[in-house]
Amino acid sequence: MSDRHEVLLDVRGLKMHFPVKTGLFSGTRGYIYAVDGVDFQVKKGETLGLVGESGCGKSTTARAIAQLYRPTAGEVFLNHKDLTKLRAAELIEARKNMQMVFQDPYASLNPRMTAGDIIAEPLRIFKKNGLLVASKEEIDDRVEQLMEKVGLSRFFKNRYPHEFSGGQRQRIGIARSLALNPQLILCDEPVSALDVSIQSQILNLFKDLQEEFGLTYLFIAHDLSVIKYISNRVAVMYLGLIVEIADANDLYKNPLHPYTEALLSAAPIPDPKIEAKRQRIILTGDVPSPDKQRPGCNFYDRCPKRMDVCKKVRPSLKETEPGHQVSCFLYHKPE
Amino acid sequence: MSDEVILQVKDLKTYFTVDEGVVKAVDGVSFDLHKGETLGIVGESGSGKSVTNLSIINLISTPPGKIAGGEVLFHGKDLLKMPPHEIREIRGNKISMIFQDPMTSLNPFLRISTQMVETIVLHQKIDKKAAKEKAIEMLKLAGIPAPEKRIDQYPHQFSGGMRQRVMIAMGLSCNPEILIADEPTSALDVTIQAQILELMRELTRKLGTAVILITHSLGVVAGMCDTICVMYAGRIVERGRTEEIFESPRHPYTQGLIRSVPRLDQETKERLYSIPGQPPNVIDLPDCCPFYPRCERAMDICKKKYPPVVSFENNQSASCWLYGKEAQNV
Repeated sequence: MSDRHEVLLDVRGLKMHFPVKTGLFSGTRGYIYAVDGVDFQVKKGETLGLVGESGCGKSTTARAIAQLYRPTAGEVFLNHKDLTKLRAAELIEARKNMQMVFQDPYASLNPRMTAGDIIAEPLRIFKKNGLLVASKEEIDDRVEQLMEKVGLSRFFKNRYPHEFSGGQRQRIGIARSLALNPQLILCDEPVSALDVSIQSQILNLFKDLQEEFGLTYLFIAHDLSVIKYISNRVAVMYLGLIVEIADANDLYKNPLHPYTEALLSAAPIPDPKIEAKRQRIILTGDVPSPDKQRPGCNFYDRCPKRMDVCKKVRPSLKETEPGHQVSCFLYHKPE
Repeated sequence: MSDEVILQVKDLKTYFTVDEGVVKAVDGVSFDLHKGETLGIVGESGSGKSVTNLSIINLISTPPGKIAGGEVLFHGKDLLKMPPHEIREIRGNKISMIFQDPMTSLNPFLRISTQMVETIVLHQKIDKKAAKEKAIEMLKLAGIPAPEKRIDQYPHQFSGGMRQRVMIAMGLSCNPEILIADEPTSALDVTIQAQILELMRELTRKLGTAVILITHSLGVVAGMCDTICVMYAGRIVERGRTEEIFESPRHPYTQGLIRSVPRLDQETKERLYSIPGQPPNVIDLPDCCPFYPRCERAMDICKKKYPPVVSFENNQSASCWLYGKEAQNV
């Protein structure tokens, strides 16, 4: 990994606002500010974990990066090429380097296609678009090779998704994402639907594949311990914004943002002795709806350490020490 | 927690007949629940956790399901042999339940007040006005702000965490002796999960309610439960006090499960352990240890016979052939 420090994905000021319509013919009533200005970089060969509660905009961020949603504002550079400016045909080519693995292995595989066809589909699409030269046999070989790589027997090629268990289905999804030899894989909660014993198998598979192919991951999960295990760096999201980014071990040892602290203290640890001694920061209230833009900090309503300034001015992400960025006025003065 | 046993489950068997054969969802489960105890039932999906608890309050739909054997003794009376009108007196009153998804377990067409008052009037034989007061008091205990106003709202006007609070308030409104909570926080976010677990802990302690907590999360049981039953393929493979199960798990499945969870409080440099293979299909399971194809320490006998329950000196017990000699059979 000599090019480890080279930036592969650079997200700048990404915003994704969804219009809310009242009726069929009436106009837009307002917006859901799902992602409201997110900046981060992912370096080659690393795993950036994206963690946060439901509705904080993790999945929307991934989908806006993949251009499944066209972002409202901002730029997404993959290999220094801005994806938001590409036309549909160019985008197909660019997606060769960027694939997705989805959360629900039941919903993300077409029930009418065999496992082999599902894995071959990206290859066939590229062939159809004249971006790949491969014979039928070559594609078949590639599919078998991919199946072995993800731990599925090639004899399962002609089976349908319903014949597989959840863990095996997720393996099919991973094989599909690998078909085009991408550099970046966007993993949207890939292990959340799996049982504990299967979850660790799939996490290890992700690690093995990363080592073998030098893959880069943007790994989304709501489970903090999963994120800690898989990631080199972690970004914490709250209500459409990143509140803290740091090296994984650093973040868990030394959380700075009050939300990160609360999140870490709320996560259960499977050890009764530690659980008995732990002091929890219990946040009051629920995550508010992202249907309005707040002038101040988005976390203001629930923050145990809020100050007057937090209500009026929105903090921005600033580096407190090398590699550790936080967006909170406890650590830097408002300008 | 006292020594008084309020619920005894003895060799409970619940089978479902499907086209492919007989699904032995629960196959010989036994445990005791003491007054004020919080008992955790852990296991992966399909291990029979939920069916065990539905069987306890006799809520298995027949057909396809059938309680094929066993006893569920509540204060010495077998719930499985009770006529429907008698069990209805107990269900929701002495034993109440909270389910995973609060949206599907609340009726979306009825106001919270209607749903709560109905239960209280039915079981406590008080008039509607008093029942509503009681309901408001319970909602307040469950941490719902402005309960006098919120009680007249519909379920969709509550957030997920708030709905689960309503379910808890409703479940505890008749002062049950036992609260069965089936994955009560699995649909919730981490910070909301912490709130709800804290609330359950506080309220059940205050009211002296015994809890059966069903969950797949080892973290949740570690923080909540006095004792744990680990289920695999329809049976309890290990049972004991929470600290002891985590300190010295005996069954290879429990050991594997604990090792395969990534830990927040440790730096994970080495590879995460994972149990190979997948949970078995419980259709027509042969009478051997269902875990042996995935077990690192499997022996010949494991393929032939189901291991008996072996008890250890600290009240821990496990069903595994590894402990045939060193412990006494019970």
